[in-house]
Amino acid sequence: MSRAMNRVVVVGASLAGLATARSLRVQGYDGELVMVGEEPHRPYDRPPLSKDFLTGTTDVADLTLESNGEDLGIDWKLGTRADRLENGKVYLEDGTSWAYDGLVIATGARARTDVVGARLDGVHLLRTLDDALALREGLRRGGRVVVVGGGYIGSEVASTARAMGCEVTLLVSGTAPLHHALGPHAVVVSDLHHRHGVEVVTRARVTGIRPSGGSLVVDLADGRRLPADRVVLGTGAVPATAWLAGSGLELGDGVRCDATGATSLPGVVALGDCSAWFDPALGRHCRVEHWTSAVDRAPIAARTLLGGEAPTTAPRRAPYLWSDIHGSRIQMAGHAELANSCAVETGSVAEGSFVAVYRRRGHPVAVLGVDQPKHFMSVRRRLVSIPAVPSLQGASA
Amino acid sequence: MIPACPLSALPRGEAVRVDADVPIAVFHTEDGEVFAIDDTCTHQDASLADGWLEGCEVECPLHASRFNLRTGAVDAPPAKRPVRTHQVHVEDDMVYVTLSEEEPNLPPGVSAGSAGAAP
Repeated sequence: MSRAMNRVVVVGASLAGLATARSLRVQGYDGELVMVGEEPHRPYDRPPLSKDFLTGTTDVADLTLESNGEDLGIDWKLGTRADRLENGKVYLEDGTSWAYDGLVIATGARARTDVVGARLDGVHLLRTLDDALALREGLRRGGRVVVVGGGYIGSEVASTARAMGCEVTLLVSGTAPLHHALGPHAVVVSDLHHRHGVEVVTRARVTGIRPSGGSLVVDLADGRRLPADRVVLGTGAVPATAWLAGSGLELGDGVRCDATGATSLPGVVALGDCSAWFDPALGRHCRVEHWTSAVDRAPIAARTLLGGEAPTTAPRRAPYLWSDIHGSRIQMAGHAELANSCAVETGSVAEGSFVAVYRRRGHPVAVLGVDQPKHFMSVRRRLVSIPAVPSLQGASA
Repeated sequence: MIPACPLSALPRGEAVRVDADVPIAVFHTEDGEVFAIDDTCTHQDASLADGWLEGCEVECPLHASRFNLRTGAVDAPPAKRPVRTHQVHVEDDMVYVTLSEEEPNLPPGVSAGSAGAAP
């Protein structure tokens, strides 16, 4: 270790923070480890919050991220927020402050709430365990649910609410749910919603939500008014970095990091949803909200913090995400935006089960699969890491 | 003891799922070893035979939990419970699996007979 490490403070007690704590211990760090979390809960898994956890198939105990009997020797500071970072100290809202030799920033992201009426009773966000418990209670009562959001959370919640017997309308601002993520293949998601009775309203612009006779009304810019018993806002997330203003850290869309998690301050690394690592494949900083990215980057960030051997140049695995919508498994890996061609290689989009391979100059750079886990995995293993193939670098495809 | 598949039909680096009350996954590693474990990930309903086989470990195709094929232990989360391992022997090119007598660690919402029911 290049600097004396006696205390590492991890701000953010979720997947990224816990994974980094584990990596620090695995890599031999045996000093003090303080973990700060805004929520009162020990680290838990968030992906089920929009899926099985809402229906009640999985429960709080299933979400725990720590293994039975796992003891990382962590000094937990839960239920208190980090207020600011100043002169090598983290100041918490509970009035305490913590000097550190190493700091891990893993504060995640917050749900966007920039819709008029977002704070009304019956309007839900979905980011935390408590959000999910409240929404679960609401959905169990049935009724009319309007979900706002064209991303994965929106479609997952719409699908879950429908499975729980609610009457569901999904509002998306684009031409189709998940169009931004899946391009022309997003039609598979529209088909799923249609088949399962979710009404999808495209090009919807919500001007506000207001109370109306004991329930709610969602107003659209085109004059439509949608009555609802509850509304779920799945309109994206913003990095939780407000507490770092004035810290000297370089902030953009997230804490800016190099390709090893190092920030602009010595002894400080960042990872997970709050961070924007430099991505050598894309040649720019990129904030990634994927579960697997947080896990894959934890050992790298830990090594950066401990100042061990230079990070390996072995090709990293491509980003990967999954989603469950109306019982269909959607899996995506790689950088589809780098491709200049795409072809369905197995199954068909119309039948709702396929594998599409995205290529750049003939090399597979991304893969999308719907209900084809085996074939998807076989292509995912062959995905080309762009920096490993110099001929693929360059701005034009 | 159940006959799983001919070894010659299972190239190194590949896996096959064997239907049973609790489905089994048989792996042929790059080193030539053969292992059998429960096919269903202990975290959520996914087929480990579809997973990423590397050395003596398989990574769940869905959420990247990693299991040691020899011991069934969890090497990487989100899974927390080990997967059951079964004895394997090869005779006249046929892979035979002797089922463990332990209780399987099936994920929430999955019971014997329903594992793998989801696509």
